[in-house]
Amino acid sequence: MSETVLTSDKAMGKSPAEKDRKNAGMAGFLSSSNSDYLMAALFALAIFTMPLWLAPIGAGYPDILQKFAIFGIFALGFNILFGFSGYLSFGHAAFLGAGSYAAVWMFKLLSMNAVLAVAFSIVIAGIFALAIGFVSLRRSGIYFSILTLAFAQMSYNLAYSVLTPITNGETGLQISRTDPRVLDNMFREPGAALPVPDFFGIELQGWPGFYFCATLLVLAFFLTMRIKNSTFGMMLFAIKSNQNRMAYTGFSTRPYLLAAFVISGMYAGLAGGLLAVTDPLAGADRMQWTASGEVVLMTILGGVGTLLGPVIGAAVMKYLEQIFSSFNEGVLHRAFDFLTPELQDLMVGITSPFVGEGWHLTLGLMFMIVVIFLPGGIMEGLRRIASATRGRRAGSGDAN
Amino acid sequence: MPIDPSAWSRRRLLKTSAAVGAGLAMPHVLIRSAWAQDQAFCNNPSGDTVTLGFNVPQSGPYADEGADELRAFQLAVKHLNGEGDGGMMNTLQPSSLKGNGILGKKVAYVTGDTQTKSDAARASAKRMIEADKAIMISGGSSSGVAIAVQSLCQDMGVMFMAGLTHSNDTTGKDKRRYGFRHFFNAYMSGQALGPVLAEEYGKDRRAYHLTADYTWGWTQEESIKNATEGLGWETVEAVRTPLGAGDFSQYLTPVLNSGADVLILNHYGGDMVNSLRQAVTQFDMRSKQVGGKDFQIVVPLFSELMAQGAGEAVKGILGTANWDWKLDNEASKVFAKSFGEEYGSPPSQAAHTCYVQTLLYANAVETAGTFYPPEVIKALEGFEFDGMGNGPTLYRAEDHQCFKDVLVVRGKQEPTNQFDLMEIVKVVPRDQATYDPSIFGGELGPYEVKGCAA
Repeated sequence: MSETVLTSDKAMGKSPAEKDRKNAGMAGFLSSSNSDYLMAALFALAIFTMPLWLAPIGAGYPDILQKFAIFGIFALGFNILFGFSGYLSFGHAAFLGAGSYAAVWMFKLLSMNAVLAVAFSIVIAGIFALAIGFVSLRRSGIYFSILTLAFAQMSYNLAYSVLTPITNGETGLQISRTDPRVLDNMFREPGAALPVPDFFGIELQGWPGFYFCATLLVLAFFLTMRIKNSTFGMMLFAIKSNQNRMAYTGFSTRPYLLAAFVISGMYAGLAGGLLAVTDPLAGADRMQWTASGEVVLMTILGGVGTLLGPVIGAAVMKYLEQIFSSFNEGVLHRAFDFLTPELQDLMVGITSPFVGEGWHLTLGLMFMIVVIFLPGGIMEGLRRIASATRGRRAGSGDAN
Repeated sequence: MPIDPSAWSRRRLLKTSAAVGAGLAMPHVLIRSAWAQDQAFCNNPSGDTVTLGFNVPQSGPYADEGADELRAFQLAVKHLNGEGDGGMMNTLQPSSLKGNGILGKKVAYVTGDTQTKSDAARASAKRMIEADKAIMISGGSSSGVAIAVQSLCQDMGVMFMAGLTHSNDTTGKDKRRYGFRHFFNAYMSGQALGPVLAEEYGKDRRAYHLTADYTWGWTQEESIKNATEGLGWETVEAVRTPLGAGDFSQYLTPVLNSGADVLILNHYGGDMVNSLRQAVTQFDMRSKQVGGKDFQIVVPLFSELMAQGAGEAVKGILGTANWDWKLDNEASKVFAKSFGEEYGSPPSQAAHTCYVQTLLYANAVETAGTFYPPEVIKALEGFEFDGMGNGPTLYRAEDHQCFKDVLVVRGKQEPTNQFDLMEIVKVVPRDQATYDPSIFGGELGPYEVKGCAA
């Protein structure tokens, strides 16, 4: 039933609530659908030029940008459930992991073509989400969170030590030269080296891998935007504001929630599949509760319920994890070499607990600051800055 | 039909193919090192520095080992750049090292946190290769991570000099052409430890294994089982415990009632510290008797760092080690002194193997006269050397595993200071620990890979 709701979003374009949201947002003067396209186009532009504008802060290399895009998708999908409907799932990593395993099995059995793998991982994650969601959504609030957490930990332990023929346990599922790969081997002889996932001949490592992920991120972003602006999205927001009232008006909320849960699980599956595409290895780590917690952090850090927030949150987290953890004292000394030696040592002494293995500390502090001062996440911070500058220019502080 | 000027005439085709052919043939005419420099390969250092990537666990159960490995790497870089006292650069035989960096280029390094997770370790290694242009990756402390990073390095065409990894698989079924391991493995531990166990505890024993649930634990359990069952021991049960479990009481509770009289802890790092302490202090296993025999605990792989963590519990426990700073040879003394002066504590075996790996890589590059990985690999394969603290050592070409003496150690009853916690019971000669490379299967793969340069 969700499909029919999804396609009827055009009717929603001029509803008062929609207009309010748009006015509070960025482009009130454009009609909703045009501004949607404009926003998607700007987003695409920003994503595809990331290698250029992220290079100065040390993030202009393929692997981290792939991670930005992949975890952006993961957080976008999580936000459909958590941000739109208010249901906090603590087990989304299960779908990420399921997607990864599905993709690697596709590489092993059928073909190194990424399209097949990604499609299969979305399907598998969707089925997974349907099963888990069907049970978990019988409860709401904390009970729902605990149920999803329990299912995710169950999946993790199954992948880690029970289903080892399928998952290869802790070592992780890897492709090998001797895999059947039925489709590929019909057309060409297996080479001496390990095959690499490809997109109809383009090997998806390094930059091509990034652009593949980035394209899917832009598509995912656009889809999320359409969902948000659709009647279906409206229903989810209504559930978030008051599920009981929604029920009293004669709507059955469960189907909407289940649809949101499955969609967001499929996003996670897509992200998991892409992780396997850019690096054909799937480990049980991806299903662990820390991975589930990570996506919650990303979403809250960026801004719950906003479109752009989760993507930004994901990028910030991956940046901290990758770049901050690599700073050692040598790097710090170089950063502060404009100071006198004593001051240099002092500055290095102050900053070194926050970098290297201390990146978790930085993340924690940042999270606390965001939750205390900016409950709407980084997006709220940006909005405040924007309205402050606009207010100064126009001489009147409107906005939210 | 209009004439297309961009079309290839027969003449142009002939000319071009002749030129291409000549170009392809050129390298074979010139001498080896000269053309290798011109090869396009991953992260060919172009400036006056060369970057090495040190990927160690800075968080998780192996964080202590990781910190010590990092200290050793920094010391090795210092020595390679001609700073400090030179350490084991002075004792390595045969050596091509000059003390002016590697091939005249100053050595720089980048570090990363593996978090003892394959995903994080691969991401970190990729950053080193893609963003920092590292020509070689080293590090480890978990075999699962080492294997994952090793296969990544093979794909990207960057050499991997494994740090502490003890699983048979690293140079067994998961070996790679671009990966090398100096550390010994579980099979060697079993071969070395078996006879000592028989001597100390007799041939009629019943063993209970607790095993870290990943590649290293599995292969060590298998190797120790094979070695002890060969002596006539019986294995009562082998239980897998999750990595980083923290509390092992639920796994230790059934041990005493199982009829076993020896507990074998296939744990390492923080896990071993926790499980051993719990077994000795909380369950008081070492004062128990089973069937008239004293209950014994064996930790097949242990180190000074873990002994420090376990404290009293480690006294009298038998195990094996790759190296110990108290070994009586010139190189070990030089290294222990150099490390001690720098950091105020003697090096652990993890530190030792990482230091040695860095020097061996640099030496192989100097010998090959190029950074081009296939040439460096050939320089390391079958390399026979001495003066790295383990006596005469061979880097076997068939599986890239080092073969050298194995130490059987025991926790000291009366330690004189906090760094003197282990005594060497026996030095098992290299021949006894050597095995046929084919028993573990696996294949090394090609020398030439497309790598990240493509």
